[in-house]
This record gives sequence, C-alpha cells and structure tokens, in this order.
Amino acid sequence: MMQTPGSRNLPPRPERLLPEVTPAQQAAEALKRLTGRARSSEPPSRIGSRLTGSPVEMGPDDSRGVILYLEDLTVSFDGFRALNALTLYVETGELRCIIGPNGAGKTTMMDVITGKTRPDKGSAWFGQTLDLLAHNEPEIAQAGIGRKFQKPTVFEKHTAFENLELALAGSRSVWVNLTAKLSDEQRDRISQVLAMIGLAGSADVPAGVLSHGQKQWLEIGMLLMQSPRLLLVDEPVAGMTPQEVERTAELLVSLSGDHSVIVVEHDMEFVRKIARRVTVLHQGSVLAEGTMDEVQANEKVVEVYLGEAP
Amino acid sequence: MTSPLSLLPPWLRTDRAGHILLAVLLVTSIVVPVLHLVVPASSPLHLSSYVVTLIGKYLCYALLALAVDLVWGYCGILSLGHAAFFALGGYAMGMYLMRQIGTRGVYGDPVLPDFMVFLNWKELPWFWHGFDMFWFAMLMVMVAPGLLALVFGWLAFRSRVTGVYLSIITQAMTYALMLAFFRNDTGFGGNNGFTDFKDILGFSLQRPTTRITLLVISAVMLGIAYLLCRWIVSSRTGRVVRAIRDAESRTRFIGYRVESYKLWVFVFSAVLAGIAGALYVPQIGIINPSEFSPINSIEVVIWVAIGGRGTLYGAIAGAVLVNYAKTWFTTALPSAWLYLLGMMFVLTTLLLPNGVAGILGTRRAQERTA
Repeated sequence: MMQTPGSRNLPPRPERLLPEVTPAQQAAEALKRLTGRARSSEPPSRIGSRLTGSPVEMGPDDSRGVILYLEDLTVSFDGFRALNALTLYVETGELRCIIGPNGAGKTTMMDVITGKTRPDKGSAWFGQTLDLLAHNEPEIAQAGIGRKFQKPTVFEKHTAFENLELALAGSRSVWVNLTAKLSDEQRDRISQVLAMIGLAGSADVPAGVLSHGQKQWLEIGMLLMQSPRLLLVDEPVAGMTPQEVERTAELLVSLSGDHSVIVVEHDMEFVRKIARRVTVLHQGSVLAEGTMDEVQANEKVVEVYLGEAP
Repeated sequence: MTSPLSLLPPWLRTDRAGHILLAVLLVTSIVVPVLHLVVPASSPLHLSSYVVTLIGKYLCYALLALAVDLVWGYCGILSLGHAAFFALGGYAMGMYLMRQIGTRGVYGDPVLPDFMVFLNWKELPWFWHGFDMFWFAMLMVMVAPGLLALVFGWLAFRSRVTGVYLSIITQAMTYALMLAFFRNDTGFGGNNGFTDFKDILGFSLQRPTTRITLLVISAVMLGIAYLLCRWIVSSRTGRVVRAIRDAESRTRFIGYRVESYKLWVFVFSAVLAGIAGALYVPQIGIINPSEFSPINSIEVVIWVAIGGRGTLYGAIAGAVLVNYAKTWFTTALPSAWLYLLGMMFVLTTLLLPNGVAGILGTRRAQERTA
C-alpha cells in the first residue's frame, strides 16, 4: 500500500464500534424515512437535532473527533481503477486540501462520499454511525454533506436572497410552500450567510448579474443554508480574479472550525494559502499527507506531481 | 399618507400591471352591460350582441392563455395540448346544455339528445348520467381536464420527459382526443358535436341579459384566475417552480421533488383551461371536435409568446390582441390571416423575445435605473 499517513494515530474503525447496527436495520430506517415522515418545517437549528430517529436525521456522531472515514475504497470503470484502496480520514472542523494530477481520483472520491458512485469495495462512514454506502444522494445531503460543484449553478433569475431561501433547510412540499413565510430566525440566518459570503449588499440583485466569483460564493452560501457538517468544494477558485481568490481563501478558512471542509484544487498557490493539511492523490490512492511543506518535500510527490507542474 | 394599495396583501401590492388588468376587467363588466342593455339600439354607442359575444370569447381565450402562461412561462413546460383541456371543459358544459334541451329537440325525446336518437340509441350512455344537474356538470368541467392532466402529467413527469419531447406528446394527446371525439360511437355527437342549445339554469341563451351575465362571469373568473396565479407565482412554491424552469436538476439536488411541483402546476393550469372552455361554449353556442385540433393549442402558445410569457398579464394581452387582429383580418383579408399570424410569431421571437409585455418591462427597468 502506498499511503503514508505518517505517525498519526488512526482512529478506531467504525465497524468495530457499532456492531449492533446491521445493514438490514439501516435499510429499515431508510425505508421508514422515505415513507413515514414528512419533512418538518422546523428551523435549521433543529434539523439534525440529536434526540431521535435514524442516523440520517441525527447527523453524524463525530464524538471521536473524526467526521469522515474512507477505508480501502476501490472503484473501477471498465477495468480502469479510479480509486485504488483509498484510505483517508478527515477530522472534525478540519480544512483539508486534496491535490493530485488529472485522473488521480479526486472527483470519484467526492462522488463516493455523496452517494453518486458506489465503490466496488471498501467502506465510507460519516461520523461513526452513518454508513454512506447505505444511503442515496438526497439522504446523504440531508444528513449534512454539502457539495459544491466546479461550475457554479445558481438560479440566475432569482435574487441572491431568494437563492438562499430556496436552499434553506425546511419543507419541500408544494402545499406547505404555497403559504410558507420566512420566520425572523430564518431571515436572520439568510442575512448572516449573505454577510458571510460577502453579498450583504447584493441581496436583491438577480444572481445572473453577479460576477463569477460572487456566484461561487453564493453557491457556497446555498450549501451553508442546509447547515452541513461537511462541505466538499470542487475547484473553488478556477477562473477567479486574484482579489476573489483572496476572499475565497478567507471564506473557506472562516468556515472551517464550525464545518469540516474538503477542498479539491489545482491552484497550488491557493492551496498553500489555506491548507493546514494536504493530501496528495495519485492513481486512486493516497500518495502523501502532511503540511504543504512536508508534501512538497516528499520525493514521490515531486516526481509524480509537482515535478511536472511549473 | 396611506394609499389604498397598502390594504392589499403584499403579493398584490406592487403588481402594477395586475391593478390595471383588474381595473380593465371591472370597467368591462360595467360598461359593456350598460352599452348593450341600456343604450338603445339606434344609438351609435350601442354594442351589438355580436360584439358582446366577441368580447366574451376574448375573455375565455385570455383565461386559456393565462393557464398556458402558468405552465410554460413559469414552469417551462411547453404544453402544445392545452386546447384539449379547454375542449374537455367545453364538452362537459355542452353535455349539461344538451340535457337542458329536453323535449324541445327535433325528435322530442325527453332524455336522449337528438344525435343519440338519430343513431338509434335506446338509452343514455353511463357517462351522460348526472349531466342534467348543473352542479355536477360544473364539477366535471374541472374534474375531467384535471384528471386527464393528473394522469398524463404523472406519467410524463415521473419518467422525466421534458422539453420538445413533452411538447410532442401533448400534441399527440390532443390529436388522439380529437380522433376519438370525431367518432359517433364515442358518444359525444361525433363530427357535429353539440349545438342548438336552448337555455342554462332556465335562462334562455338568446336573451341579452343571459349573454351579458355570461360575459360578466367570464370577466370575474378571469380576474379570480389571475389573482390565484399571481398568488401562486409570488409564493415560495412559485419561486421553486421558476427555479425548476431555470435549472431543473439543481432544484432537484437541493431536495425539491420536481415532479410533484410540475404535476400540480400542470393540473391547476388544466383546470383553468377547462373553466375557460366551459364559459366559451354557452356564449359561442357550439362545441365540436375541431376544438381539439393540434393547431388550436399551438395558436394559444403564439398568443402567449406575442403577449410575453412569464408575466401572466402578457398572456392575457396577447390573447386579446391576437384574437382582435384575427377577427379583423379574417373579415378583411381572410386568406392572409395565417401568414400574418406566422409572421407575427417569427417577428416577436426574433425582435421581442419577451413579447409585448417585454417592451413595457424594459421601459420600466430603464425608468428605474434612470
């Protein structure tokens, strides 16, 4: 195995912690969730309350300080191994950067985490109790993993405020939304996020006229409205001006702590600016992990990645 | 200073075009009755029954255009089959009117409409029962198109049929219905449809007061439908619907069940179209299968495009303008009308992508920035 997670103490594997949760039980819970329960219109602070229900409703149990466990993940497409026994852990509140050449498996890894792609083998756990491989995309999104795609897709004809309102965790029902009104709390939450993403002054501007960078921030804001625990951010600064890159760096750093953030990025300058811990992927597995300086000093990394980049 | 507008609910307060529309409808339902009933026929101001019927027809078409704008302009579903819902509503009303004829028909049968006697039918088909009751017929005016839209929409949206494919199957739907209604065996008068209506709720359809009442009801229904549509598009449901139009998969990704939003908008729109058809039939005095012909649905879409989609009032303006032009041209230059309609459509698409309403919209936007 090529991974070199260094001298870190690996966290206990979730399977051993929770032998009593069988796949059948998880399936039953998922079924119950799909059939029995109408999503309530409770405010975002209550979504994911840790009182009752299935792991999807409760959100991840990260009491051991680890939010994401990926172990031995392998994904093949027509014989090509996009992921090859990938093992990766992300701590709660961490801002992790993932780098690697094209085809290293970065996007496939994101697809597995969000339920879009099923691995051939391996396991993926969100906290200690939520098996990502047993849930589908909307369930995983609801459990608290938000993903920002490379290309910004905001609702161009809706205002920035309305974009956030649509993303607000709340009822998704046709009938409830006919008469739905924003509560003061929800209004405050939207203003707070608008301020956080630097769009407080553009609340009533159609999203279509925002700059490319502002659209990217708005999309991050839409993710934040759903109060995710883990944010996956794919190439956030592609096509941004230097000032926008600067502000994006500030935004992502400010988000870590309250949220765990995984950033996939090609821009090494940007990675250097924000990363505390960097993971280098190569041919579907972890080549090296550490601080930017450690990673850049790693000979294997220089050989496969940094060596060919200017 | 408190303006009377502040008494309106927030979703109606800033809708200036809506205020104008409602005012126009109000004036129409006062002025037209006065000019028709009170002003003597010798006066140049007198409105003939022909003009009254024409205005009533425009109001029904406007309601149909409103229904199409809701699904097309707001939800991005280009339905080329809305005339089918209109015709179904019309047929439901027609069935009631046929039952009201009673013994006054040519064959004088107390129960069977003339065409059934002519076909040697001995008893009323099961689906004709109940249509002698006004309330039941009015219920069917909404239920028949609503149910068709529910089944059709459920199948289409669940299978994620969108865009041009959806438009094509809506055309197929209205065409299939047209063929079915053309058959005598289907039980809806075949080729000839229904006509020779006598009265509605005991009031003769030939009387000026009945004609005026139907016109006023059409105006009121158009006003109510406009308010309902405006309320829907101003709600969060309306914002979700517009989001579906602009970025369907993104909306799904945030967690909205796109299919059910589309389905309910489609059903509501079909019900509105059905009501429009039901108001149309007693005023025009005839309903036949040609109302299902695919070209009719396409014409409605052209009205909406010319008026400006996604505005509601634009659809109403488009329906009235185009049909006024049609009335004028089909008497003055009958052979030129279809060419003119096609030309108007092409020119609007090229030069005024937002239709007539778009001109007003940009003017206002310029005023705001100036």
